[in-house]
Amino acid sequence: MDFFAKIAWIIPLLPLAAFLVLMTLGRGFRRAGAWIGSIGALGAFVLSLLVLSERLKPHAIDYSYNFSWISIGEYTLRIGFEITNLTALMLVVVTLVGLLVNIYSAGYMASDERITVFYGYVSLFTFSMLGLVLSDNLLSFYLFWELVGVCSFLLVGFWYARPAARAAAKKAFIVTRIGDAGLLIAILLLFWNMPGHALDFTSIQSIFGGHGGSFTDGITTVIALLIFLGAVGKSGQFPLHVWLPDAMEGPTPISALIHAATMVAAGVFLVARTFSIFEAAPAAMETVAYVGAFTAIFAAVIALAQNDLKRILAYSTISQLGYMMVALGLGTMTGAIFHLFTHAFFKALLFLAAGSVIHAVHTQDIREMGGIGSRMRVTAWTFAIGGLALAGIPPLSGFWSKDAILTAALEHNPLLFGVGLATAFLTALYMTRLFVLVFLGKSGSKAGEAKESPLVMTIPLIALAVLAAIAGFVELPWNGWLSGWLTDEVIEPHGSVAVIGLSIAAGLLGMLAGWLLYGKGIAGSQPLASRLPRMVKLAERKFYIDELYEMVFVKSLRGLGACLAAFDTYVIGGAVKLAGSAAGAAGKLGLRLQNGQVQTYGVAAVLGVVAIAVVVIGRRMLS
Amino acid sequence: MLPSYLTMGAILFCIGLYGALAKRNAIIVLLSLELMLNGVNLNLVAFSKYGVIPSLTGQLFSIFTITVAAAEAAIAVAILIALFRARGTVLIDAFNRMRR
Repeated sequence: MDFFAKIAWIIPLLPLAAFLVLMTLGRGFRRAGAWIGSIGALGAFVLSLLVLSERLKPHAIDYSYNFSWISIGEYTLRIGFEITNLTALMLVVVTLVGLLVNIYSAGYMASDERITVFYGYVSLFTFSMLGLVLSDNLLSFYLFWELVGVCSFLLVGFWYARPAARAAAKKAFIVTRIGDAGLLIAILLLFWNMPGHALDFTSIQSIFGGHGGSFTDGITTVIALLIFLGAVGKSGQFPLHVWLPDAMEGPTPISALIHAATMVAAGVFLVARTFSIFEAAPAAMETVAYVGAFTAIFAAVIALAQNDLKRILAYSTISQLGYMMVALGLGTMTGAIFHLFTHAFFKALLFLAAGSVIHAVHTQDIREMGGIGSRMRVTAWTFAIGGLALAGIPPLSGFWSKDAILTAALEHNPLLFGVGLATAFLTALYMTRLFVLVFLGKSGSKAGEAKESPLVMTIPLIALAVLAAIAGFVELPWNGWLSGWLTDEVIEPHGSVAVIGLSIAAGLLGMLAGWLLYGKGIAGSQPLASRLPRMVKLAERKFYIDELYEMVFVKSLRGLGACLAAFDTYVIGGAVKLAGSAAGAAGKLGLRLQNGQVQTYGVAAVLGVVAIAVVVIGRRMLS
Repeated sequence: MLPSYLTMGAILFCIGLYGALAKRNAIIVLLSLELMLNGVNLNLVAFSKYGVIPSLTGQLFSIFTITVAAAEAAIAVAILIALFRARGTVLIDAFNRMRR
């Protein structure tokens, strides 16, 4: 019955095998790199699909398997894997996007020297992400969580010859590390306080779900907030969002895979997985909701003023992750997972389409593009579908998931609903601006040489475009199939005509405004910059967050580091050098005596004997 | 009688010691070493005759010493000749290769 769930542990091992083969034998076969990586991803995807198909049967039972890993005294640490509806869904999303990115990269990275290394890293990333999804306890989850961070570091810094890529890789690693520290402390707190030191998700759920255990409200809130800190780091929420836009220095397929569809979703997945803790801590829930809402609108405003194609999409990712956090904070875990599900497809699509454009025009500045829609029809159409899905235009997938979140917001908190609606408007506005500046209008300076990308790149685009268009139908306002499936509860239809109407209106208004401002050109080429120079400048410089961090944290830490380095060089190093030079001086002194003359040594020996004799005889005489 | 023999032995030893430590010519140094050995021999013989418990052991020892000294002198002179052939000098302060 649950045969495929039992062998689900093979799923992450396939990309791992691909990684090992590529890393050990990779130099030998450049062409085959793409094949090996893609076959690993394909195998994982097929298996994931089979697992999901098993889960789709009614009354599927969660399957988990664990074994004892480490025994210390009376405590036994057990690790293993767990198949629930949520993990099965995530498996399919991760492997599907991973597979399409693998195929796409064969075209995008074809001329790169280190393409096999690239595929090796991608396979390692897929392995760690799948391990993270399958983990049945927080400790192995944390292990894979860090492994994902390492892969992100490797892939952002893939073109390490560029100083910007190196800096971005370091930034991504260090900033997410701040969040990881929070998660680690949360795990330690749980380890101390859980009965039997259990760290597996099932026990956590049963303890917190029953409002029991030895947890006071205070410690529950602290644990929830620390877990959320980890999610903030990984999912690029304010104030740890700064690494995500910089991470766009990596190759574009990576931006699609890691920084849009999978890794950044790990934060949302973490909160969803430990959702019972959050449900037991209302203060933490509110924090999640407000941080998410602020991030959503904040990033949307910044996206409006950026000129780098990938950075706009990066800020849009941050903004959409904010939406998911809002959903989690409002208690609708299924809404967050639904948005994660649809977002994975349309954002991966947007990034891959953007990569196709960058591949053709060799620039990322949207002011240098323009008018390439007619030269790259497939890319333009698929990008349009992704953009419309992101902007929340029915019946594309983004509309339904955004609608689910907005409905929940209207029920619980009108303020969050307003912010969500404003963000939806801004989203439609910046996506229209992006589309108009890149694909329509007059040809830009770099647009002349643009050609459509090869089939190996356009086929993943088309596949993702289909998914981005239809993925939303798994849950409609009047038919909560996904929610029911995820939570095993019967969900009442929760649609609200007002929300649907307002949401459509916001999206259409945003598009209309974007068309009027940028498409018709009624207000010049830089319509906002001339009207609201201060505001645009502020948003263009990302509200000076980077500069602020540079001033407050980086400078002070550099200063502290310089002090410590000076202490190390002069105090500790000085002591060591002193010891060394003292020994050296003693040696020099000894060398003086060592003149090679036997007679000198004889004199010394005689003097020694005389001295001993004097001492011995002197003592005799005295006593 | 004993003190005069002992004094004689001490004088011989000291002259030998001075020569061994102060002379530059290696031959003289060798001769001085013989002098020191003989100072010691004198002591041994004197004690065996006039000591608290007279015994022949001391004289026996001195005969051993003389034999060993003869062998030592033969080897030392052989080494000195080899050194002289190699280095062209018997001045002892020229032989400081160990320093480097």
